[in-house]
Amino acid sequence: MTEASVVSSEPPNQHGYRPFTLGGFRFERDEHFVHVQWPTGRHVAAAEPFLKALMRDVAWNFFYGTVNFDSVIGTLNHYGDVDLFAGRFNEEYRKAELDHSENFPHDEIKATFQAMLDDWVNEDFDPFAAPMETGSAYGEKSGSNAPAVTRTRVTAKRMVGLPNDEPLRSDESGYPVNRAFADVDQTEPKVEVNEGYENDVSAFNFFAYLSRSDVTWNPSVVSVCRESLLCPTTEEFILPIIHGNDRVEWFVQLSDEIIWEVEDRETGKPRAKVVMKAGDCAAMPADIRHQGYSPKRSMLLVWENNSADLPGQIARGEAPTVPVTF
Amino acid sequence: MTNYKTVFAGLDHYEKGGVEVINDDPKNYVFSNMFEVASQAKPWEKVAVARNQEYVLEAIRAEGTSPWRVTPHDEFAIVVDGEVVFELLDPEKTLIDPSASGSITVSGEPAGKMMGKITASRGHLALLPAGKCYRMNAAKPSVIIQQTILGPETVERWSQICQKF
Repeated sequence: MTEASVVSSEPPNQHGYRPFTLGGFRFERDEHFVHVQWPTGRHVAAAEPFLKALMRDVAWNFFYGTVNFDSVIGTLNHYGDVDLFAGRFNEEYRKAELDHSENFPHDEIKATFQAMLDDWVNEDFDPFAAPMETGSAYGEKSGSNAPAVTRTRVTAKRMVGLPNDEPLRSDESGYPVNRAFADVDQTEPKVEVNEGYENDVSAFNFFAYLSRSDVTWNPSVVSVCRESLLCPTTEEFILPIIHGNDRVEWFVQLSDEIIWEVEDRETGKPRAKVVMKAGDCAAMPADIRHQGYSPKRSMLLVWENNSADLPGQIARGEAPTVPVTF
Repeated sequence: MTNYKTVFAGLDHYEKGGVEVINDDPKNYVFSNMFEVASQAKPWEKVAVARNQEYVLEAIRAEGTSPWRVTPHDEFAIVVDGEVVFELLDPEKTLIDPSASGSITVSGEPAGKMMGKITASRGHLALLPAGKCYRMNAAKPSVIIQQTILGPETVERWSQICQKF
């Protein structure tokens, strides 16, 4: 990734924010809004949800599949290069021929999006935080928040807590228990290890680990079984993107409740509402897009099959869009 | 300041959500509840509650003492209700092909060296390492969610456990 691949004009606009250009797309922000222009149209979005969506897209490296910022703007990951689109998954925009899509190398679009976050996120605003845990995204430019917008996503190689793998969270390491999980038991399991087996005999308090997450709607990898990844996350308020699946994805609700609005991936037409309570397990098919609503901060286990072959197999009709039939 | 209560569920206290269809088939969401599944399962039965190609998450009703098992790859167990003790053993000879998928029951008592023991309760996640044996014990009915690969002892009964209408 190089700074040279980011196109922005100088000086900043009257509100203090730099505009950015990526191919035929131009992005500008003011006190309240982000304005996006492309050769066949334009779009306006409130700054807060736009920046929250942009943050997830960067943090997740555009995976898996489609990241719809809203019903118009988004990205489609080809794992190496990425489409930036306007109206691509909006039936009416396509009918009106207002849709537009351009392909960019992964590093180029990521560098541009990261530069937008660096410039457009003010010092009091954390795009990963729940609404009651952050300041405002709005107003004229006021500093920056590099620690918030450059967090490294946790990706365990084998399991969190093992020697030479991702560490556990604690007060001392800067991860206090979240206000909404103050009642979560912090007792660690009793682990008795015989000499020589320190790398193989291991366990940790997974719920306590989640209770100390400082971010929302940001799955991290805690355990790996070949291509099977347990990617838990803590959720509060609204998933800032509408995630379009390129493979089957599973949700296991560990605590509390999330309501999922499910739409057709291509058209955005409503298909179902999935209400998930503690202990519920549900698949998200590979031909939908979904957005979650979590009234109270909850623990969600997202379970992924990380196989690089899956999107192609599903797109070619070689693999089904649902996990099982019965 | 709000006094939040985190809602977990268990064998004797769970409330299911569900799929509310607008224009779809509810079966596409393969919707079930792990505690309902475990409440209707035999002890140590490995019932798949999620499947993605060859990978599965299994709901296991832990009750009493399990047979010894051996796994060809790492498995991971989350205790989601009750308390489970995991004994781990390093077998003196290879008991399973490392390229196989899914853990299997070992007949009898495997010979080998004890590696250690994990006592895990609700919310704890334990590694069950590749090539090794493990045995589980639960004094009271408990529930485990296991991250593993579809194997010869995985039970699939989707039509019985999932929402159909």
